[in-house]
Amino acid sequence: TLGPHLLLWTCPRGRYAALAIAAVVIVVGIPLWWKTTETYRAWLPFSEISELDSLQLQLSVDIEVVFSRGTLTPEQQKKFPLSHVNEKEHQVDVSIPELLTSPSTEADLSLHMLSESSCGSVVVYVIPETAALLPEDVKVYVGQRRTALLRSPPFKSSWSLKEVLSNLDVEVEQVVSTMSFSHQDIVAALSDRVRMAKVTKESMADSMRAIKSSPGYEITFSLLNPDPRSHSLHWDIEGAVQSCIQPLLNKLAPIANFSVDSQILYYAVLGVNPRFDNSVSAYTLSADSLSHVINPVEARLGSNAASSNPVLNFLLYVPDSHHSPLFIRDHSKREVPSNAFHSPRWGGIMVYNVNEMYGPEAERPVDININMAKVMGVFLAQLRLMLGVQHTHPPTGFVLQSPGSAGLADWELDRLLWSRSVENIATASTTITSLAQLLDQIGNIVINDNIAQQVSSAVTSLQSAVAELEAGNLAFALQYSREAILASERAFFDPSLLHLLYFPDDQKFAIYIPLFLPMCVPIVLSLLKIVSEAKKRRADKQAKSD
Amino acid sequence: CCQRHPGSVDQFQEELVIRPLHSGDIYASFQFRTLWDTDFLQERQKVSHYRLFPKSLGQVLSKFSVRELHISFTQGFWRTMQWGQPFIPSPPGAELWVWFHDTVSDVDGNWKELTNVLSGIFCASLNFIDLTNTVQPSASFKPLGLGNATDHRFLRYATLPREIVCTENLTPWKKLLPCGSKAGLSVLLKSEKLFHSSFHSQAVHIRPVCQDEQCTSKAWELRQTLNVVFDLYTSGQGKKEWSLFKMFSRTLTEACPLATSSKVYVDITDNPEGELFELSPATPLLSQAVVLGDRRTYSVFDLTRAEMFGQLRSLNLLLRWKGDSGDMLRPLLHAERYVAGFGLQTGEIHTVIYNNHPYRAFPVLLMDSVPWYLQLYIHTLTVTSKSRDNKPSYIHYQPAKDRHRPHLLEMLIQLPPHSMTEVTVQFERALLKWTEYTPDPNHGFYVGSSVVSALVPSMVAMNTNFTQDQPLFSSFVPVKEESSYFVRVYTEPLLVNLPTPDFSMPYNVICLTCTVVAVGYGSFYNLLTRTFQVDEPSLPLAKRLANLIRRIRGVPLLA
Repeated sequence: TLGPHLLLWTCPRGRYAALAIAAVVIVVGIPLWWKTTETYRAWLPFSEISELDSLQLQLSVDIEVVFSRGTLTPEQQKKFPLSHVNEKEHQVDVSIPELLTSPSTEADLSLHMLSESSCGSVVVYVIPETAALLPEDVKVYVGQRRTALLRSPPFKSSWSLKEVLSNLDVEVEQVVSTMSFSHQDIVAALSDRVRMAKVTKESMADSMRAIKSSPGYEITFSLLNPDPRSHSLHWDIEGAVQSCIQPLLNKLAPIANFSVDSQILYYAVLGVNPRFDNSVSAYTLSADSLSHVINPVEARLGSNAASSNPVLNFLLYVPDSHHSPLFIRDHSKREVPSNAFHSPRWGGIMVYNVNEMYGPEAERPVDININMAKVMGVFLAQLRLMLGVQHTHPPTGFVLQSPGSAGLADWELDRLLWSRSVENIATASTTITSLAQLLDQIGNIVINDNIAQQVSSAVTSLQSAVAELEAGNLAFALQYSREAILASERAFFDPSLLHLLYFPDDQKFAIYIPLFLPMCVPIVLSLLKIVSEAKKRRADKQAKSD
Repeated sequence: CCQRHPGSVDQFQEELVIRPLHSGDIYASFQFRTLWDTDFLQERQKVSHYRLFPKSLGQVLSKFSVRELHISFTQGFWRTMQWGQPFIPSPPGAELWVWFHDTVSDVDGNWKELTNVLSGIFCASLNFIDLTNTVQPSASFKPLGLGNATDHRFLRYATLPREIVCTENLTPWKKLLPCGSKAGLSVLLKSEKLFHSSFHSQAVHIRPVCQDEQCTSKAWELRQTLNVVFDLYTSGQGKKEWSLFKMFSRTLTEACPLATSSKVYVDITDNPEGELFELSPATPLLSQAVVLGDRRTYSVFDLTRAEMFGQLRSLNLLLRWKGDSGDMLRPLLHAERYVAGFGLQTGEIHTVIYNNHPYRAFPVLLMDSVPWYLQLYIHTLTVTSKSRDNKPSYIHYQPAKDRHRPHLLEMLIQLPPHSMTEVTVQFERALLKWTEYTPDPNHGFYVGSSVVSALVPSMVAMNTNFTQDQPLFSSFVPVKEESSYFVRVYTEPLLVNLPTPDFSMPYNVICLTCTVVAVGYGSFYNLLTRTFQVDEPSLPLAKRLANLIRRIRGVPLLA
């Protein structure tokens, strides 16, 4: 007779039961478990995001070349209109090719000197070589608006218009790289994305000095009065802001929202003790020690409680009577004429000496009115640096008109807009790409619908920004790029992404094992047994047939 | 003192009041007031240039359209029966109440953001204020500044009774002062001494006030107060003797140069002829003020006058007790609270309010905010005075919603003269979800103080006319009538135990259920897949041995 253990699989009912249970577990149990423990992950446009990663940017500038009377012969004037496209490729990085086109379209021959030109475009007026409008050695004059005057090189009257234009190409290109953007600007704006290989030290310093692109900035002026017992200081900050700073900020309104405030801090001291220099009988701060000045002051400044925008601080420090006068010295031990310095992406500090304004017998506290024009001149220059209004280095023979009361020429604003748009696009696409990468790598993260929506709106805005740049619509490009940044940051910093992130695997298994192990072992064992028996039976059959 | 520039419209005052208490302790109360003749809200023009007013608070006021803001941080409990009434009362922990301007549409959103910002400014856990501990009292918290706001939709009140107050809260508070901790009275604010005390409370009150007596235009008033009670009798080796140096480990050397007035007041009411204590240096300057229904006399030390500091250029007030102090006048209004009952299911909150006035009855407003996890049975609410039922003339009760809002109970109760009124209400403790328990849940859960607000009949005529020269401590609460004065009394916070589970329980439950399921499943599986057959029983050992022998012998085997 056979023992019961051998009897088991001879009976087909048992085998079928085991198979049925395994089938139920696989068909019903596993999908049920999968469905109930799944994390919700909304659909994200991964393919479009990976397209963005390569960042193909094409910037185009509308250039209008206007020939004034006497520069072209009548035959040349006949062949109109004519347009030609001048393509120029800037290789920024091996992995990120960037294409730059500047179609110079010439249309009108009229001499509307002050025709309204749209944001981002450039109008070049070509004037006869002999014109007395410009001084002898000046080749190009760049005005306050988006216009430049170009002294025409000598043309042969037999040239066709095309030849005339190609003869002008070099000059026009110089004008454009001065007035809208140059290769260096774009590379500096993309400095977060590409390795800094071919960037000059100066544009690198420019881009590091400028505060990062943001939808808004808080500008805070602080008057530091370490000695209220001897100095009673008065500054008309309200009027000074109205007359000096506000015009510039109004001009910059398309870039960001600015808010300005001021405060007076008493008993606020610098972090370092200035050294007394006998030779000039004054206290001096050397350039090396300036880096230690800010930290102790910053604790007093207070953060802006009401917004999370980056803050630009401008401090006016009036040294106390025992440490006056105080001068700042640069690395070559010379006194800095403005007596001010700035810290990149943070703000500026100016030292304002008042010791000569009163005699030793003056009654304390001495009332002192601060000369705001002097102070604001320094702060305005620093503010321009912080905002990234870069120094332009015009080629020889160029003359730049001074920016006037607003402190910023239209074309300077355009330059800023170009680099800001490119920077915004780069930042937003970096954010979105790394978010997509993160979500792809960590399967535990829940992706809610609102995040998916933010991501896709960021992607659409980015695409439109790129398209607008290509079409040369600078204003729209900037607006879309700002929207893209906002949406991408909102998606990236959404707290709902963190909910299940830290649910470790060992805890998960600790919960699963008590149930799953005792249930799965018999099923797996019986399946193994069925398989091995089936194999054996087949072998037996073969042996029999042999 | 600094000269006021014609254009500048802000001024700063500082003041310290020292009151020797009958228990032998010393009560020191600092007040710093910044007045700024500007209006954040009415003119709709952005105010962004700050001189004496702290910029961080000004930005908060204008961003969130705050009309009035009161915030206090208190460590320790004010013992009214031993110490009398404080100048500005505050409950243990943190308390915040804010009136928003009536142009605000999303009050709850503003409140949430405001608490987060304030928690950053004061380095406190005010971000734990949410809808579950915020109430809108209908009558107890009226605006203290200008304007008759009656719509309590724009009021939010919250307390955090468990909040611990320490140095990290004092530092940002000091930073709001124009002179910081560098000059004036604020040099005395040394945290190692201030927190080595029986009671410490610091507060910020912002409200709109009148610029002048005619009240043609508004000004903003920021009052920063700091109250501290030193237990000198026990820490001074039994000698009843104190000085500024002994209390604060500093002496005064100058007034804050930005302050228009800088004064130290010492309460000498109980010591008219110097029989109780001796104060040095003596000052001929005396001042009288009516404070909390009582006429008090103070020695005044004006720090803006250079001769105050003498030859040593420092002022160290010294007070030496001569005899034992007499009995203190019992405070007219006093309240206390406790939890009764046993077990972890039900309990009873008792609030006891005392009217110590010998012959006058007066009404009080009692406000109770109880978290939702204590489910109040409002039908068990009883109010008894002199063992008789006392029917409140006004009851405002807002029941709690689980996990959404707390209970709010406000009652107007008439207190008979010289009586004790007891308010009781029963409650049941709720079971929380296991993630809702705070860290260390066996410590218990705090329930904020009850607030008793009342107009108490005054012994002397109160001063109702508004003048600038009043000392700061007597001019905080506006006095409307001569015959009574406003008092707010906070009871003790409650500590209630809730049924607390063993927190490894979920895993134990998972393991146990899984094991039970697995055992059941195993037997089920066996029954389904195995077939059992009756096997012939094998022969016993004896028979097998016998068969072995039989086989050898060749005899037929046994069956």
